[in-house]
Amino acid sequence: MTIEKSTKTKDKSSKNSVPVNVLIVGVGGQGVLLASQILSDVALQSGFDVKKSEVHGMAQRGGVVSSHIRFGKKVYSPLIPNGKADVILAFERAEALRWVHELKPGGSMIVNDQKLIPPIAADKKYTYPDDALTTLKTRVKKMQILDAAKIAEGLGNTRLANTVLLGALSTTLDVDMSIWRDVITRRVPKGTSDANLKAFDKGRGA
Amino acid sequence: MAFEVGIGASIAGARTIVCMKHVGVNVAADPLMTFAYTGLKGGFVLVSADDPEMHSSQNEQDNRFFAKFAKIPMLEPSDSQECYDFVGIALDISEQFDTPVMLRMTTRISHSMAPVEIRPWQDKPVLGFTVDIAKYVMMPNFAKPRQQAVLRRLDDLGRYSETTPLNRIEWGSKKVGIVTSGISYQHAKEALPDASFFKLGFSYPMPLDKLADFAKKVERVIVVEELEPFIEDALKVAGIKCSGKQYFPIYGELNPTRAERGFADAGLLEVSPGGEMKPFAVLPRPPVLCPGCSHRSVFYALKKMGAHVFGDIGCYTLSALPPLEAVHACICMGASIGMANGVAQVQGSDRPVFAVIGDSTFLHSGMTGLLDAVYNKTNLNVIILDNRITAMTGGQMHAATGHTLSGEETRRVNFVELTKALGADTVQEFDPYDFEAAQKILKDVTKRKGVNVLITTRPCMLFPKKIKGEAYRIVPDECTGCGVCLKIGCPAIARSEQVTKKKLFIPIIDETLCTGCKLCADICPPKCIYLLSELPAGKEV
Ligand SMILES: Cc1ncc(C[n+]2csc(CCOP(=O)(O)OP(=O)(O)O)c2C)c(N)n1
Repeated sequence: MTIEKSTKTKDKSSKNSVPVNVLIVGVGGQGVLLASQILSDVALQSGFDVKKSEVHGMAQRGGVVSSHIRFGKKVYSPLIPNGKADVILAFERAEALRWVHELKPGGSMIVNDQKLIPPIAADKKYTYPDDALTTLKTRVKKMQILDAAKIAEGLGNTRLANTVLLGALSTTLDVDMSIWRDVITRRVPKGTSDANLKAFDKGRGA
Repeated sequence: MAFEVGIGASIAGARTIVCMKHVGVNVAADPLMTFAYTGLKGGFVLVSADDPEMHSSQNEQDNRFFAKFAKIPMLEPSDSQECYDFVGIALDISEQFDTPVMLRMTTRISHSMAPVEIRPWQDKPVLGFTVDIAKYVMMPNFAKPRQQAVLRRLDDLGRYSETTPLNRIEWGSKKVGIVTSGISYQHAKEALPDASFFKLGFSYPMPLDKLADFAKKVERVIVVEELEPFIEDALKVAGIKCSGKQYFPIYGELNPTRAERGFADAGLLEVSPGGEMKPFAVLPRPPVLCPGCSHRSVFYALKKMGAHVFGDIGCYTLSALPPLEAVHACICMGASIGMANGVAQVQGSDRPVFAVIGDSTFLHSGMTGLLDAVYNKTNLNVIILDNRITAMTGGQMHAATGHTLSGEETRRVNFVELTKALGADTVQEFDPYDFEAAQKILKDVTKRKGVNVLITTRPCMLFPKKIKGEAYRIVPDECTGCGVCLKIGCPAIARSEQVTKKKLFIPIIDETLCTGCKLCADICPPKCIYLLSELPAGKEV
């Protein structure tokens, strides 16, 4: 798969000789892949080398989905080394817990306060970790929990939830805001860009 | 089939690329092994994507051996840019050496995105087929001279491999020289950036002289490769001292951390900090059949019958997982009918036996199995799950959808006529959403002799477009908490916090996910699941 190199590349060679590692995780169907695509575009337009990797065969079937995005002056492997994610954005509580060990010491975590119980929990052998957020709080100092669906509902459209999350994610990364706005405008369905930019700002302020 | 179409296009003088996953090459191996003899006219590239780690495959196999087996050259790109560039180079090599070329990918190469510089591209005219019996008709008297040509070609390719810039050395510290290819190069480079690297882009036949020379200039040689010791063994046979699999696993995929650990084991570095947190044991979240999937009721019915089910590859294979657990064997595309046939022939089951196969898979490799069962007078029941799409792999069209892969309208195979023509004794369509009728049809068919085919008639919920019908709701005060609706593995149904008087959990339906297939309502013993528009008086929305 390829994405065309942006013509607007800026030279940021002095910055980021070690890549920035962002891990986005969630459940199939939640929009993890689109979010990671937007972040990759943002990084590319900011003049960085970017690699993104995900295995999405099972993504549409309610399975676990994770996407690695790495950007910097030069990126070799498309995979984040274990325990070295600078930022984790989790679309769901249990998935946040499943992946938190990939966060580097001192890294930031953004957790969407949503609970999706997998059908397998109908079997009494498996229980959903209701204490996920409490456990996470003991492990991660820099953590933001937000109910993106509720915030989006406040804006009149629950479909804006993922853009709210991107807004929150943007506060953890050193990237030009105008580039975020530009990419979001291009990537979202026609006619929804104003609403999406509003949702993005809400997420930044959340 | 795709490979054979590709051969035709190529010997008619068109540049051709044929793509498949690793197991696809198993199916295409027969034409591949002999196409390697004939050579071609328009450049021919076989793209083969291996799946180390079995992210979405039934096995793990190292297809680099196919290049060696067929004596054809192999290129291994290590990032998106090389994928793009290597296709053009492979086509040139193919035409220059009169050979098919394998472009070997892995999941991590195929499922990554990175910036790519687009280069100018020149269209080549289709030259047209010309008769050359000695080249294209492979029978012993013609194949023997072609075999000699293949051996000469392999020598020529070996010399090419020594000089091509696709095989490049990146000098660093001479303490260690890393020999690597494909994605492993990226992981190794990240973990040990200061080492000297021999990066193989043209990895069969290998540039053994250049490698021997490289080995002489460094203190020790370490081979970093995923899966089999393909490079390592070749170096050792050539008398080049090296190590590899001693430090890196022979299965699964590499990543920067595994590469780092391997180098640490080899005494080349100390493991960097990070990754100390132990993973939490979080309940698994396996992929599941979608809400409203037309496969679900079939497997629920088969489970209730206690049938032995020989399955195939597609979304429906997920029915092997709890709570359905109603697929009892799955090997490769098309194997279901053959397996069930074998079981029937040795009378190896005292239960009803079914072969269950998807529409796309039946057309790919199920038809011959059905014909064989007819021919050999087997008693066999086959269910074709016709959801009118290739769902598992992302919704591709096939010969029974009425559209080509590029979306144009085309003729549509009719499964009833097709299976009758193949000789099935009875053929019957049934609606999987009418559970009671479906159950009866499945039971009745087991009483019949001969080869009986049943075909489902509901489309996929996801492809080509999402289908959303009116949702159902559980009325809590009528629910007994029996939990039967939870046994069909529907992602729209979950346990709620509410309990019955007897303290049993009352399930709840997520109305945004429910598509209204009504399987849960059909099987609900107290009949407390209602269509939203048909809720009992006083409980309306
Ligand atoms: C030889 C081979 N080629 C390709 C694949 C990839 N593959 C997995 S499932 C599948 C087809 C599934 O379609 P279908 O049988 O219609 O079932 P559905 O997923 O629609 O239920 C394919 C092509 C494979 N497993 N083996």
